[in-house]
Amino acid sequence: MPVIQVDGQEYEVEAGKNLLEACLSLGLDLPYFCWHPAMGSIGACRQCAVVQYLNAEDERGRIVMGCMTPVTDGAIFSLSGDKARGFRQAIVESLMLNHPHDCPVCAEGGECHLQDMTVMVGHRDRHYRGRKNTHRNQYLGPLINHEMNRCITCYRCTRYYRDYAGGTDLAALASRDHVYFGRHSDGVLQSEFAGNLLEVCPTGVFTDKSLVHNYTRKWDLQSAPSVCVGCAMGCNTLPGERYGKIKRVHNRFNAEVNGYFLCDRGRFGAGFVHDERRLQYPGLRNNDGRYDAINHHEALQYMDRACAPGKVAGIGSPRASVEANFLLRTLVGEENFAPGFSDAEQPLVELVLRLQQDSRALVPDITTIESADAVLILGEDLTNTAPRIALALRQSVRNKAYEMAAELRLETWQDGAIRNLAQDQRSPLYIAAVADTPLDDVATNRISLAPDDIARLGNAIAANIAGQPNADLEQPLQEQVEMITTALAGAQRPLVLSGTGCGSTAVLAAAGQVADALCGNGVPAMLCLAVPEANSLGQALLTGCDAPGLAQLQQRAASGEFDTLVVLENDLYRRGSSAQIDQLLGAFQQVLVLDGLDNQTTSSATLALPAASFAESNGTLISLEGRAQHHYPVFQPHAERRPSWTWLLACMKEMQREEVRSLHHFDDITRACAATIPALAGITAAAPDHHFRNAGVRIPRQTHRYSGRTAMRADISVHEPRQPVDEESPLAFSMEGLNRDQPGALLPYVWAPGWNSNQSLHKFQAEVGGPLKGGTAGARLLQSGIGAGPGTFTAPAPFKAEPGRWQLVPRQRIFGSDELSALSPGLAELVQPGFIEICAADAQLLGVTEGDGLVVTKGITKGATEGVTTGVDNTLATLEARINDSMAVGCAGFSVGLAGVQNLRPLAPVSLRRAEGWQRRSPELIGSDRDAGPGGTHV
Amino acid sequence: MSLDRPLTRNVRPDRSPTDLAAYEANGGYRGLHGAIGKLTPSDCLQILKNSNLRGRGGAGFPTGMKWSFVPMDNPSGGHKYLICNADEMEPGTFKDRLLMECDPHQLIEGMILSAYTIQADVAYIFIRAEYIKATQLLREAIAACHDKGYLGKNILGTDYSLEMHVHVSAGRYICGEETALISALEGKRANPRAKPPFPQVSGLWGRPTIVNNVETLCNVHHIIERGADWFQSLGLTADAGTKMYGVSGRVKNPGCWELPIGTPVREILEDYAGGMEDGYQLRGFLPGGGSTDFLTTEHLDLAMDYDTIGKAGSRMGTGTMIILDDKTCPVGFVKNLVEFFARESCGFCTPCRDGLPWCAQVLDDIEQGRGLQEDMDTLARQVEFIGAMGNTHCALAPGAMEPLASGMKYFREDFQRHIDGAGCPWCDGGIH
Ligand SMILES: Cc1cc2nc3c(=O)[nH]c(=O)nc-3n(C[C@H](O)[C@H](O)[C@H](O)COP(=O)(O)O)c2cc1C
Ligand code: SF4
Ligand code: SF4
Ligand code: SF4
Ligand code: FES
Repeated sequence: MPVIQVDGQEYEVEAGKNLLEACLSLGLDLPYFCWHPAMGSIGACRQCAVVQYLNAEDERGRIVMGCMTPVTDGAIFSLSGDKARGFRQAIVESLMLNHPHDCPVCAEGGECHLQDMTVMVGHRDRHYRGRKNTHRNQYLGPLINHEMNRCITCYRCTRYYRDYAGGTDLAALASRDHVYFGRHSDGVLQSEFAGNLLEVCPTGVFTDKSLVHNYTRKWDLQSAPSVCVGCAMGCNTLPGERYGKIKRVHNRFNAEVNGYFLCDRGRFGAGFVHDERRLQYPGLRNNDGRYDAINHHEALQYMDRACAPGKVAGIGSPRASVEANFLLRTLVGEENFAPGFSDAEQPLVELVLRLQQDSRALVPDITTIESADAVLILGEDLTNTAPRIALALRQSVRNKAYEMAAELRLETWQDGAIRNLAQDQRSPLYIAAVADTPLDDVATNRISLAPDDIARLGNAIAANIAGQPNADLEQPLQEQVEMITTALAGAQRPLVLSGTGCGSTAVLAAAGQVADALCGNGVPAMLCLAVPEANSLGQALLTGCDAPGLAQLQQRAASGEFDTLVVLENDLYRRGSSAQIDQLLGAFQQVLVLDGLDNQTTSSATLALPAASFAESNGTLISLEGRAQHHYPVFQPHAERRPSWTWLLACMKEMQREEVRSLHHFDDITRACAATIPALAGITAAAPDHHFRNAGVRIPRQTHRYSGRTAMRADISVHEPRQPVDEESPLAFSMEGLNRDQPGALLPYVWAPGWNSNQSLHKFQAEVGGPLKGGTAGARLLQSGIGAGPGTFTAPAPFKAEPGRWQLVPRQRIFGSDELSALSPGLAELVQPGFIEICAADAQLLGVTEGDGLVVTKGITKGATEGVTTGVDNTLATLEARINDSMAVGCAGFSVGLAGVQNLRPLAPVSLRRAEGWQRRSPELIGSDRDAGPGGTHV
Repeated sequence: MSLDRPLTRNVRPDRSPTDLAAYEANGGYRGLHGAIGKLTPSDCLQILKNSNLRGRGGAGFPTGMKWSFVPMDNPSGGHKYLICNADEMEPGTFKDRLLMECDPHQLIEGMILSAYTIQADVAYIFIRAEYIKATQLLREAIAACHDKGYLGKNILGTDYSLEMHVHVSAGRYICGEETALISALEGKRANPRAKPPFPQVSGLWGRPTIVNNVETLCNVHHIIERGADWFQSLGLTADAGTKMYGVSGRVKNPGCWELPIGTPVREILEDYAGGMEDGYQLRGFLPGGGSTDFLTTEHLDLAMDYDTIGKAGSRMGTGTMIILDDKTCPVGFVKNLVEFFARESCGFCTPCRDGLPWCAQVLDDIEQGRGLQEDMDTLARQVEFIGAMGNTHCALAPGAMEPLASGMKYFREDFQRHIDGAGCPWCDGGIH
């Protein structure tokens, strides 16, 4: 390790780093703007200047940029000398020439890196007397506010948006001191990861629109370590609350899960927490079909009466915590508990679990995904199902560039140089999907195939890798197989991805085969399989692979086995057609629903209990990589809302159930679950229990400067109420305590003296950019790479497009395909009504053009009928037609979760015809606050 | 036909272009015939190194040495590029234009031999948008060379092939900076690139690339044809060859001449530019374009070569002088230049992007009579802040500070008169 001298002091530093990184890792404060730990250096802002001396005799030294200077043994630097400090002051003064100094009305204020750096360099007096340049701001969509005048031209936004995240519609425009960061014209930012601009931009140019319109300073936000419930990725988040509302969600660094970045579903999708339609009180359905509010004692007594006879079935939820599901399963009994998947989805998720358990391949985390040097994706549109993985894949394709850079001895942080060197040369990434995906731009090739053919392709690749090529593939496909085989077999860290997104077990199984074949060749291959919801995998682990499904429960209820159904945090109407779910619920005499959301299922309940959201409760969620992670309540639930586990525990206590006699705290449930379910034995390691104290004290949810606890409720009373005591976690609803040196799972916010912005994170990392000092949050439950292999697999028959018949294939949308995101007003604006995608040839066959209507009916094949009843209406949906020439022929894509597709099931055979009398939509999709006009708001 | 004025031997008095036939009739492409297939690339490189040719684009970097960094083993078989920098937007500089408009084939022959030496297979001429005539002539000349087999596949029947393209710049001064030029050629923002890696190793599209100035490249075939010793013998001082010198400003005969390198300033000014216009006195001059430091009457007997002018505290730059006379306000003169550089900043790094407009603003205040005494301190601070090499990402900003820094040194009392008199002494009533 090189030894460098900084201000007369010698330090041993890590080789291969630049001086800025080395200084920050040493705990020295060196200001910077354009460098970013995940994006490296370009040397634009010149803020990180230090003086470097040639040798001990050199007294003048010369200014160099810390972020552009490799650490070399014996190098001599000065950070604090007058020359270096004077230069850094001059930089801030220059950056501020045109800055509006509008801190009081800026949403960045109080957590602004520019403010911090200004104070840090000691710049105070302004000498400039000239006019300031001003810019016109743009409408960038419902999520992100734009205030260009605050820009300091550090280029972080475009480097992130374009270079890192692959966006194309944000750019640096114009030149000199008129550089403008925006779009060519007003409009919604198109990247699924645009929200990270809010955290990447060191100033208030890009701010969170919903926060701006409902503003709270960072220091007045109460926050707690949380986990995103947007998908199964389990990104770590920091929701910030004030006045009972989640004001915004920031990234919580986890080196192995999400690093520095979230997707927009996660960042902007927590609005449902304060949706006004959320239930506040238990509601008992009266004879008019309306609900009477009852108090929680009455509710518990009702539950007790309903459950006591023992004829109870339970439907759990892949979006509820392990603990709540475990309690419900305990309440109703293992054999009467359905995990809460749709019947189509259950075998898929169970297969994902089995493949991962059985595989010899490693189940990768985000850093290993980024290290992959050849990638094959089968069937899954990751950008829309597990978005954060797609962002990681965009980095993995750069491994080719890093290889080239190593030959020229460039360090990985030399971002500009490496991008210029490699240009568009990338590591291989092959995608086989039903149609185009947002990753296509970095793919070596994307092939459109029907799901069965994707499985056949995968199978052939596996056979090829294993050295036993099967020859039954069509010629063009065989060529692809050869290319993909070469790429994967030639790689050192090949990665195969798939998921439940295209609805096919065959595709999943084929992915397992490819990964296993690679392992058979002695390569440490990786297998990553996406599942849909935050705790999908947890449900599979909890119930094993033979749990009852919805149809089974319905049959058993119909045969009189059950009279009561308890539904946990699950809108069943998303899991089957309306008719199917009506039938299911109708088979029970009473339906008890625990949920926060006002949805069709809660509206069908006999008794509805208001469940707290993830932001108001403790819970363990198991991510798609089998990582158990703990989320903590950010704030206390209002009214009669309680976490589901509290309701269930109280109910079982009311029933005097033996199993819960010794359970008092949330942690007790976690432990009981771990003890009962071997597959979940590891969940207790996810986070410290509620006894944990940090150097003897709790960890505060509020910052030192949290203000106005008295004023907040001055309209009620000027006496500040006692802060609630958190009996369930080591965190406090208070500003007292110690937010430092704690385990990684317990980081409620980042702040350090002099570092008020999110850049203070590096003070919590041992090495800047590296894992948290307190360790990486979460516990992996799946033992990676010890399986015996997935066994044999018979590929399906080739898919044949038949006249008059199409196969429905699911198309996933980051906004709208999941249950929760569309409940946030901002995201809701971006959710389109449902539509059907077909290729041009099919459109011609059907005589439809873009924007026409299409009637989807149950499929009929050559005389044979499949579930088709003659004489009744077999219409499943009538939707707009979109012509997407990347669709596989004979496949009709429907966007999961969007309006009008409820009755469409993945892979179902259907007939299509042109709708008569269809009213074409006008092209204008969203209006939002465009009328407010640019500059309509200051904050 | 003169051997001691190789670059301009085909320049006719009426400045009409020399076409291929005329060029060949005058011995053109003899260097090409003599070298391709007969000399190895390393032979050519050695001749170039021995010749002591230094880059004529402004920095004076030894050309042979620059080329020697290009990797010659090319196992991947990927492209290597030669780029001719014909952006010529340096204030006061018009030498490359003359060479291209009067003798386009000289440049092309030089480029073919240069490309051959580094074994480049693609060459670009990156030309200033306003040089419409030169662009057209070069395109015609390239086509003619293709027909003749001097360009394209298997030149002169050897296995050496070269394609050549003319790319017209979108028109920014920064596009002349070699790495910004490369960015621009790739269709990206014309931001300079950090070095290392140098373009010789990772340049255009990440491949080994050499960027040379028009005048530099025009010398190459003469050197290869006539040898390093001949070239060395042309210079009057330590530097070798001839140089295109130019003079603009209030002189009797502004223009551009090829003279032995090291010709004294006075000789250029008086014998070729005809001395100052009647009624005008010389106060100072920028020896090598707008981004070089002022020299004054005391420097008239210096030899115009890289080292001599460098030692005097300026740079030979492009070798094209701009004259400051006694009837022109030095503050206005400098302000004009700084405004140009501020306008042409690419906007990448802070000191240049925000510092230059501030300088321009202060100079404007002083010129308009709004100057304060403290403005002199501000300017001095800015000169140090922006001007020191390494403080900025590229050399535009330090270059921009050269006339300001030296202007404040030599004409300090003129700045002071503006501040004291609250206006410009050269303008009516002191105010523009
Ligand atoms: C701002 C700036 C503008 C430049 N413009 C030109 C130009 O127009 N033509 C040119 O030949 N060199 C220009 N240069 C110099 C080039 O960067 C480069 O050094 C030169 O083209 C190398 O050629 P040479 O070695 O033949 O001199 C410029 C440099 C800077 C910093
Ligand atoms: S908008 Fe923000 S990130 Fe982009 S250049 Fe300006 S200050 Fe930097
Ligand atoms: S990738 Fe998934 S877990 Fe991560 S932020 Fe997005 S929705 Fe949330
Ligand atoms: S010095 Fe000026 S021209 Fe050069 S990179 Fe910086 S901003 Fe651009
Ligand atoms: S952080 Fe080093 S130059 Fe910007």
